Amino acid sequence: MPRPEDCETLCLETKGLSVAYSSALVVDNLNLSIPSGALTALTGPNGSGKSTLLRALSGLLSPTHGSVLLDGRSISRFTTREVALQVGVLAQGPVAPEGLTVLDLARQGRYPHRPLFARWSEKDTAACDRALSLTGMTELGDRPVDQLSGGQRQRAWIAMTLAQETPILLLDEPTTYLDLAHQIEVMELASSLVRTMGKTVVTVLHDLNQAARYADHMVMLKAGRIVASAPPAEVMTVEIVREVFDVESIIVPDPLTQTPMCIPVRRRP
Amino acid sequence: MSTRVPVGADRLRLIALVTLCCLLPLAAIWSVSLGATVLPLDSIINAIFAFDGSRDHLVVAAVRLPRVLAGLLVGGALAIAGAIMQAITNNPLASPGLLGINAGAAFAVVFTMSVFGTGAQGSLVWTAFAGAGAAAVLVSLFGSTGPMSGTPVKLVLAGAVLTAFLTSLTTAFLIMDRSTLDSVRLWTAGSLTGRTMDEVRAVAPYMLAGLAAALVFPRQLTVLSLGADVSRSLGQNPVFWRGVAAVIVILLAGSAVALAGPIGFVGLIVPHIVRLTVGTDYKWIIPFAAAGGAFLVLSADTLSRLLFASQSFPVGVTMATIGAPFFIWLARTSPWGRS
Repeated sequence: MPRPEDCETLCLETKGLSVAYSSALVVDNLNLSIPSGALTALTGPNGSGKSTLLRALSGLLSPTHGSVLLDGRSISRFTTREVALQVGVLAQGPVAPEGLTVLDLARQGRYPHRPLFARWSEKDTAACDRALSLTGMTELGDRPVDQLSGGQRQRAWIAMTLAQETPILLLDEPTTYLDLAHQIEVMELASSLVRTMGKTVVTVLHDLNQAARYADHMVMLKAGRIVASAPPAEVMTVEIVREVFDVESIIVPDPLTQTPMCIPVRRRP
Repeated sequence: MSTRVPVGADRLRLIALVTLCCLLPLAAIWSVSLGATVLPLDSIINAIFAFDGSRDHLVVAAVRLPRVLAGLLVGGALAIAGAIMQAITNNPLASPGLLGINAGAAFAVVFTMSVFGTGAQGSLVWTAFAGAGAAAVLVSLFGSTGPMSGTPVKLVLAGAVLTAFLTSLTTAFLIMDRSTLDSVRLWTAGSLTGRTMDEVRAVAPYMLAGLAAALVFPRQLTVLSLGADVSRSLGQNPVFWRGVAAVIVILLAGSAVALAGPIGFVGLIVPHIVRLTVGTDYKWIIPFAAAGGAFLVLSADTLSRLLFASQSFPVGVTMATIGAPFFIWLARTSPWGRS
């Protein structure tokens, strides 16, 4: 089983990755290297292939061409269980069965760690305890997931992926549909997983300023291609925002974090 | 709070399950004793262990006992099949009755009987399996292709359409073939009337195999119930495990239909009540559904025997009378129904 310290070496990258849905190319010949032990944000307009790229990175979607490499080896050559021990995934808007409690959900994260007929172990309990405490869900353990607020529900699902104890975590639009307070909460959590546990986190984000504030690395996509892949200071420029979103903008430093902040002016005619 | 399962809750569930399993044989014996002549306990026990060929013993061994055993088996099998189907389709409305599995098995049996004549019960079980399996494949194909594919509504629509189609085909076959109609009229409404010990013996192994398999893989079923994406991201192969689960469903529902015809609602109601009371872990859902389904069908059959003082009232009709109002209530109160 991988330990957090392995994160430095375990890397995730794509080589000539293309994904097509019924002959429409959604991700087009991407070469991308995800920095280990850092927070990477995938951003871009609707339909730019962000979520598709994330699903391909997680092995949930098979590439049409090219490959996703996990530690240098094609992810399709690992078994689903081997992938699940390295990569945790929070899908977009997952739905828990009615009545499933937060604790029961977190416990499902231990699935890849348990062979077919293995019993629940102390190690499993410890992993769930940690996951719930990291997400601040310990007190809500016996509450049904479907009765929680949007932010709590998102944290409950993150708790499940944390109980999975993977060095890599992929989050698909974790802040969409959440109010401001819950957005901050989820982003702070994602960022603390990187800072304190050395995890590699890749997240799809809609909000450019959120991405620039929390991410170490920003990938800007347009029509299935990478326009820029670099630290936020290099990606958030007037030129790139214009090219990707067709929007004129002003970039100013975030008064709090000094990270670049995009103020849109108008849509280009 | 620790993430250890609270011992109290599990102990409570275990006590409830043991109690239910103790009540089941009592209810069965009580049901055997009821009828045109009410028989005392000792004559029932003697009929089973010291059969003397007397009229009372014949009534128990040849009529009432097979009927009660068939009810228990069919109820348990359909309830487990429903619980598993709700897990693999992530759909609270899935059940062998609604998704066409029962109708497929029933059509296959009637088709075979009217074309090849009334065969031996043993071969009809395999016919029922084939029909159930074909219906399962068709519904999942319809439900997963085209617009709205994969949504719970689409799957239920596909099931409803297939059920209506196969049920009318079944009726058409029966109208054209009088002799088959007479022998299976009650059966097509879901009936335990006239079951023989041989028939029970012919299907029991498949049902018990299905039950055993369902009890072995609760963890896989719980993970499947989270949806295909989550299941895969947790390292499960959802295609493989859905296949395994589908085989269990076909074994259970197919043999239940072969024995007692397409009884609806058990497979829908029981898993729901079970989930409301024991939670979402299939480790508990399966045994509770088995006991609950057995209990419900036994009670419904006994009730219809008593109320209508008739041996031939189909339990499927009683079940639908109980089930329909419950279904409406469910559709109005569950989150799925509201959205």
